[in-house]
Amino acid sequence: MNFIKILDILSNKDLLNEKGSRRDSFQQFKTVGKGVALASIPFGLAATSSKTKAATTTMAGAAFQASNIDVLNFALTLEYLEQEFYQLGLDSGVIDPADQTVFSTISKHEDSHVQFLLAALGDDAIDKPNFDFTGTPGGLSLDPFNDYPTFMALAQGFEDTGVRAYKGQAGALANDNTLLTYALQIHSVEARHASQVRRMRGEKGWITRNNNTLPDAFSGIYAGEQNLIQGGVDLAGLFGSAGGDNAVTEAFDEPLTMAEVNAIAGVFIVS
Amino acid sequence: MKKLKQNNLQTLINNDRRRFLKLSGAAIVGSGLLFMTGCSDDDDGPGFEPNPDVFDLGSGNLGILNYAYALEQLEAAFYTRVLDGGYYAGANANEKQIMLDLYNHEVIHREFFKTAISSVVDASQVLPTLEFDFSSVNFDDRASVLGISKVLEDTGVSAYNGAGQLINVGDAAGLTYLGLAGKIVSVEARHASAIRDLLNPGSMDFAGDDILVGLGGTQKAYDKAQLPPEILAAVIATGFVVTPFTANNLPTE
Repeated sequence: MNFIKILDILSNKDLLNEKGSRRDSFQQFKTVGKGVALASIPFGLAATSSKTKAATTTMAGAAFQASNIDVLNFALTLEYLEQEFYQLGLDSGVIDPADQTVFSTISKHEDSHVQFLLAALGDDAIDKPNFDFTGTPGGLSLDPFNDYPTFMALAQGFEDTGVRAYKGQAGALANDNTLLTYALQIHSVEARHASQVRRMRGEKGWITRNNNTLPDAFSGIYAGEQNLIQGGVDLAGLFGSAGGDNAVTEAFDEPLTMAEVNAIAGVFIVS
Repeated sequence: MKKLKQNNLQTLINNDRRRFLKLSGAAIVGSGLLFMTGCSDDDDGPGFEPNPDVFDLGSGNLGILNYAYALEQLEAAFYTRVLDGGYYAGANANEKQIMLDLYNHEVIHREFFKTAISSVVDASQVLPTLEFDFSSVNFDDRASVLGISKVLEDTGVSAYNGAGQLINVGDAAGLTYLGLAGKIVSVEARHASAIRDLLNPGSMDFAGDDILVGLGGTQKAYDKAQLPPEILAAVIATGFVVTPFTANNLPTE
């Protein structure tokens, strides 16, 4: 199976641990990803590599395959955003020394997610957008790298958004078991991050109703989390002895659509 | 609804001996049953003789729902005992709130699955209420309670991650079921993170290298996604499940 090949290439320590800065190794990784793009057929994407995309757009099924690329690039955008945010945070010195381990760990994970998605997408990977974490593109003027509470708030927002974003794409990836499973494996790690940051901010690790303790501009991150109907079953009022409706909303995380997530992330994207 | 039943039947008919053998390592859950159900010699026929006394989780999406229901029953039963124990009684306010929330969430998950499954199949196809034996757990001891909680939550995360691909989205409600798995798995992951941080505050353990894996040579940054045989083997190993049930017909891909 060709996927084994990509695993072998990605596993090559010389490529991943080449001397030089982390930025350099990212560049190398991306080059590797491009080199094996057409071999990574098990991802179901090769037919829509940029070289053939134009020729296949009219073919039946091309839309679905293109949508898998869209989904992965959508995920990559969020991972790029998180990766840069945590790296800048760690570099800035804004992080409380007691929380350094937690944010270093999260940062390491986001690096890995970016690497993985770059390799999966190969030639089709989008370039990293230009981010502005002051939120100027969205009309905000935040100062996360000098103000620790703001840094923490954005970290929570990005993680909770990430959970909802991946969740919202599960259906789109359902016809590719390999991709679906990878996405789920990332999704739950974002949830571990979210829980941790929330508790560090004095919140519960889980989301009660659509409560938002971030700036009002980010209420969209929690919109819809108050849902009480699951799988067609109305759970309202059924759990008075188990935390009531609040607990029901905590017990189920809700998805966001790609458009909803893009509206949130767009606050930080210059181009 | 009828579609699910029909699909279930079709999958049952299609089951062959290979599938039985593939799953046999974890086919029997529950300490009450120490022998395997019979295995037919005929490769072309149904792969095993169902034991009418032992519940089988079923096939297709029904099987996956019952599988999830079994795991939620285990978690809910565990936290029910936690709330009656000495650790909870003496815990600080923060830990008490976390354990109470986990109890609430798992009870809600359990009851949700019971209701959801009951609404699409006959009662005879819904996993019965299981009996558990937690005599090996010291509910007065913080480390004992949190240690088991950690295992249960981490296992839940891996189980849902692995089950997603087994859900047949060609089935009418398949996408709904996949969505539900996604809605629940992230809450289990939030739980796991909280329990792990209680055990080792401020460390990397909330998403620790001891539980995460790498993909394609990347650094460890991904939860596991284990399939039912592996999960059920781990569940058997806890010794907590008393009521026997089988998982002979779960989808394998």
